[in-house]
Amino acid sequence: MKPSERLADAVRAASKRGEPAIVAFMTAGFPRKEQFREHLLMVASESDVVEIGVPFTDPMADGMTIQRSSQAALKQGVSLRWILSELRSMQRPAAPLVLMSYLNPLLQYGYAALAADAAAAGVCGFIVPDLPFDEGGDLRAALAAEGVALVQMVTPVTTSARLQQVCAASEGFVYAVTMTGTTGKNVAVPDTVIDYLKTVTAKSPVPVCAGFGIRSREQVEKLRSHVAGVVVGSALVEVLERGEDPRPWLRALRG
Amino acid sequence: MNAHVKFSAEEQRRMLDAELGGQYPDLRGRFGPYGGRYVPETLIPALERLEAGMREHLHRADFQAELTEQLRHWVGRPTALSYAPRLSAAWGAEIWFKREDLAHTGAHKINNALGQALLAKRLGATRIVAETGAGQHGVASAAACARLGLPCIVYMGAIDMERQAPNVGRMRLMGAEVVPVTGGDQTLRAAIDEALRDWVSDPMGTFYLLGSAVGPHPYPYLVRELQAIIGREARTQYLERNGRLPDAVFACVGGGSNAIGMFHAFVPDASVEIVGVEAGGRGVNLGENAASLSYGWPGVLQGCYSLLLQDENGQIHETDSISAGLDYPGVGPEHALLMSAGRVKYESATDEEALSALTECSKLEGILPALETAHALHGVKRWAKTHPGAQVILCMSGRGDKDMPTLQRTILAEKTS
Repeated sequence: MKPSERLADAVRAASKRGEPAIVAFMTAGFPRKEQFREHLLMVASESDVVEIGVPFTDPMADGMTIQRSSQAALKQGVSLRWILSELRSMQRPAAPLVLMSYLNPLLQYGYAALAADAAAAGVCGFIVPDLPFDEGGDLRAALAAEGVALVQMVTPVTTSARLQQVCAASEGFVYAVTMTGTTGKNVAVPDTVIDYLKTVTAKSPVPVCAGFGIRSREQVEKLRSHVAGVVVGSALVEVLERGEDPRPWLRALRG
Repeated sequence: MNAHVKFSAEEQRRMLDAELGGQYPDLRGRFGPYGGRYVPETLIPALERLEAGMREHLHRADFQAELTEQLRHWVGRPTALSYAPRLSAAWGAEIWFKREDLAHTGAHKINNALGQALLAKRLGATRIVAETGAGQHGVASAAACARLGLPCIVYMGAIDMERQAPNVGRMRLMGAEVVPVTGGDQTLRAAIDEALRDWVSDPMGTFYLLGSAVGPHPYPYLVRELQAIIGREARTQYLERNGRLPDAVFACVGGGSNAIGMFHAFVPDASVEIVGVEAGGRGVNLGENAASLSYGWPGVLQGCYSLLLQDENGQIHETDSISAGLDYPGVGPEHALLMSAGRVKYESATDEEALSALTECSKLEGILPALETAHALHGVKRWAKTHPGAQVILCMSGRGDKDMPTLQRTILAEKTS
């Protein structure tokens, strides 16, 4: 099975059980580089997909938590190359892995080498917050050669015509941003967001995961019948930052 | 030329022809390979609306009439073209200054701030955000917003707030809210990141008034169009006064807005040598300067594919320059194109060279230039040595009053000790 299909299947399988798939985000090497493997396995044991953040100096779509975790990871020398080599050499979890990276680290790595090395490291997809659909052709093609997904994002302000186009091009899942803003804020999940998520789900050939600002069981409950999965990022990073075991927190999210 | 940037003569000719033919930016917002629109999906509708609004209004007669009226009676355009007799005698070339330091608020930044604020008003924006490095774009934005009755929020790195303290006070007096940015490198780059985050939070009501010829399409084009008045005026004034074109034009380059404004009218004049001068900081190693065209290689930062100061992992590197306005690890895509096409030469001047040129200019011409401009002055001084008697126009992009805290710590401290 292609890595991108593994990713879509993992999201679908979870949502068939009646609960949205949990896509759990962690910044690679945060809070400590030495704990990366251990944290990854713990997080993966209680989630359906793990999104591993590649730190970048200028995370323009991210709020304070992920800015802070990215800086701390960079200070410890975490790089895309290091992350891929860790993944290649460790006993990987069953949950599929996606990498979240801003574009420049991927560009400097070289797309062809990236696709091959990512596939070899068991990476099923990429989420690139500063790569809108229109600029993504080269990376999408390079990843497709290895069957690796380029997950597209849509937002509440994405126009209807564009939504159709972006959903059609997305692989693995569609990342539906719940609000206009950066990551990490708490959102109330108003009815307008539900309507928007329904629209995205109706248009998308791949499952839809909602993300940005999701940190509680109440939010997951409101979203569960409208999306196939939810992405939890900043809140989980904060759990790891406090030195807590992420597993009980992730279990509580499922209710 | 930068060893990372290699194009064949044929490719260079093709790029220059396209530039001269007005084909850039192309439909994808590119100047040859550079430019584009690398932003979160949330900002795409806002950028599309900005582009549509810009195409509708910018070149329309009523918009241009309103802009021209404000430029003449409020900004003080056209700015003077001054001959610099004593500096010419000292350096050995015939040196002229295009006096953007005489424009309202003390720098070229007002040309762009006013134009974008007028556009924002037409597009129904209710709130303006801007970033600032040296504080000049922040002051210009605050002034333009006060003039037009628009609320203005300026993001400024905490380090820059300290080294450009007088400008922080000026912005506040003109009613702007100045927000310190403590994340990232706490300078211009971090301020742009924070302004982008603000804009992502309210993409439809907020207008992002970007101050340099950088960022996602259509900003590099929009800023160039609003700054191109510098070179158009200078070219006309020079022809009227001298009956010929200069042998060279010089400008300092950080993001590159005064430089693109100065250069654009002269790019078709093959006889005119065009030189941009970047911040050489303390040295040639990564982290010691802010000279992205001299030492960088291609990458994506803040919405734009251009030359960047970065490490092998694609992490953006911190820069160093005595001048906050040049202290930026990227550069406008049109400068990357003009260098790649071989039309414009880019070089750098160190902190020390800039300070020394600033001292000479102040003493000999009674003009205290901005630290940014002082880099270009050093470039002129160096050029004059190999071009005795030749004629050159320097874009005097801003005045140096804002730099007094830095000058007190450097040149003036040496004198009193």
